[in-house]
Amino acid sequence: MKLSVLGRSTYVYTAGRRFEPRLPSIVFIHGGEQDHSTWALQCRYFAYHGRNVLVPDLPGHGRTAGPPLGTIADLAGWIGELLLAAGIESTALAGHSMGSLIALEFAARHPQRVTRLALLGASAPMPVAPPLLDAAKTNSHSALDMINVWSHGNRAQIGGNTAPGIWMLGMNMRLMERQAPNVLYADFNACNSYAPAAAAIGKVKCPVLMVAGSRDQMTPLRATQALQELLPHAQTIVLEGAGHALMAEQPDAVLDALIAFL
Amino acid sequence: MAAPKSLGFDTLSLHAGQQPDPLYGARATPIYQTTSFVFKDTDHAAALFNMERAGHVYSRISNPTCSVLEERIAALEGGIGAIATASGQAALHLAIATLMGAESHIVASSALYGGSHNLLHYTLPRFGIATTFVNPRDVDAFRAAIRPNTRLLFGETLGNPGLDVLNVPRVAEVAHAAGLPLLVDATFTTPYLMQPFALGADLVYHSATKFLGGHGVAIGGVLVDSGKFDWEASGKFALLSEPYAGFHDMVFDEESTVAAFLLRARREGLRDFGACMSPTTAFNILQGVETLPLRMQRHVENTRAVVAFLAAHAAVDAVVYPELPNHPDHELAKKLLPKGCGAIFTFSVKGGRAAGRRFIDALRVFSHLANVGDAKSLVIHPASTTHFRMDEAALRAAGIGEGTIRLSVGLEAVDDLIEDLGRALYASQKA
Repeated sequence: MKLSVLGRSTYVYTAGRRFEPRLPSIVFIHGGEQDHSTWALQCRYFAYHGRNVLVPDLPGHGRTAGPPLGTIADLAGWIGELLLAAGIESTALAGHSMGSLIALEFAARHPQRVTRLALLGASAPMPVAPPLLDAAKTNSHSALDMINVWSHGNRAQIGGNTAPGIWMLGMNMRLMERQAPNVLYADFNACNSYAPAAAAIGKVKCPVLMVAGSRDQMTPLRATQALQELLPHAQTIVLEGAGHALMAEQPDAVLDALIAFL
Repeated sequence: MAAPKSLGFDTLSLHAGQQPDPLYGARATPIYQTTSFVFKDTDHAAALFNMERAGHVYSRISNPTCSVLEERIAALEGGIGAIATASGQAALHLAIATLMGAESHIVASSALYGGSHNLLHYTLPRFGIATTFVNPRDVDAFRAAIRPNTRLLFGETLGNPGLDVLNVPRVAEVAHAAGLPLLVDATFTTPYLMQPFALGADLVYHSATKFLGGHGVAIGGVLVDSGKFDWEASGKFALLSEPYAGFHDMVFDEESTVAAFLLRARREGLRDFGACMSPTTAFNILQGVETLPLRMQRHVENTRAVVAFLAAHAAVDAVVYPELPNHPDHELAKKLLPKGCGAIFTFSVKGGRAAGRRFIDALRVFSHLANVGDAKSLVIHPASTTHFRMDEAALRAAGIGEGTIRLSVGLEAVDDLIEDLGRALYASQKA
């Protein structure tokens, strides 16, 4: 569906279902240089099992008008406006990578509005390697090449996809190539400059699930574990062999973890 | 920081799409020769049917062995995914049927495989799909033939029988300027010799029966999507960008930003037309793909030697191969096909139809049959077989002379091939 969020034309995937105010909602937030379709193998299940599912394309991504927002704080504020536009008072949030920071920031600001928080491929801070940031700044394709290799575990480099006939590396590359110039740099800057205080993170009171890949090179497991120390009530599930592209690499394991938690 | 390295073509040919079997550790791809797959429970079954989870339900729609082949070819082409089909013809039909219905139009190269020409010229008009054929060397003709209801531009990377080299970058530009995708049949070149997506094509298909398999034991096709074409932005593909009543009003290009075409092709095309590949066929073709780079190198080496021999032979009128300076697409071939122009070409024996027949009958190593792209060398004389009903004028219109011979050069010792051809040429000239 299309919503106007602060006057910005915003696309929200709902798995083809109408919004039902009486049902609980889950908002899925995608990562940098991605769009809603990165959640395709997880969110649809919930839409057909008693939830409203809202999977927005973030500003400047996919079908949502630009420009991209440059900070996690602004993106978290935008999620608040999105919920207002959709008429949702409280919701569960699931975020991946940059999306996990947006979800975390929103939950820290509005603990009463978030019922559950799922953080996938998460770390805070989330520093971006300087060569990658430099390549993103000039819109060099080498940035996408680096991401594609570093985002997928060794198994995923070979393939053997759960989704029949889909070459995972090709899918991810094309989705990144679809995003407008400067989006990646804006996203990476937002991640790189996000430095939440421990006290702020400590305001998150709802149940928290963290899902991490044992072979993640973008948000390494040790960085996820460092974040978990600030969220002592969080549970962490480690997916053996998975890299950063968790939802594509191990779609069923991610969905099972979300079903058990959400 | 060192730049990250992706796996190379040769490695992907052997490995892409397959993890060792998780139950027994089998290194080779298992043949999942089963029609259907047991659900874990009713919720799992419903989730698979409703695309809430990925997985296999019924082998007409998808199968693990076929899926390995699909991923592997997609990886080699630089695409996002693929669909294995019952034949190359089934792949072409699946592409067309996914993109258009009645009252649609295609602009196609006139230099097509006979089977493709039959489908477009004789059969599809019965279903309301018309085709305008244009000279593949005339890029402007593609542009001029586009109508408001055109939905596809189509050609072969190397045309038939004149080995016209399709100017993929320029024809793709014409297609994209009109908001249309370009589909190419890359059977003669394989992803080893040309990767059409890198040149601008949007969809590629292969008759996997030919070089991909190489062994000549299995009929199959593969349709590959680059994921580059923006169906929504084009505004011409309601089949992909508007609700589909046949699957809960799914809007394919919302469901998958880049794989909308493959989604509909599998969920509608394989489901309803049913031209799927069998798992055993996928296994057979995978055996060939493992050695594709090595075989294509040898195919090209042998072909170059055979072409040089024939071009210098007194009993030969003309050799049609783009690597020869007198071929009309010689310069374009150097640019688009730097690794070689494949292993299929034609030449003319002096003495017309009768000499052609004597030539074929004298061959010992070359097999006389109607196929190409086998590991074994193949030959056919169109004037006495595939085109035997045509008189000389009709043959000429089709670009075929009475003495035209088509060779598909295999992997045998090249001196054996040259000796065989030399003996047969000698025989051809004896009245």
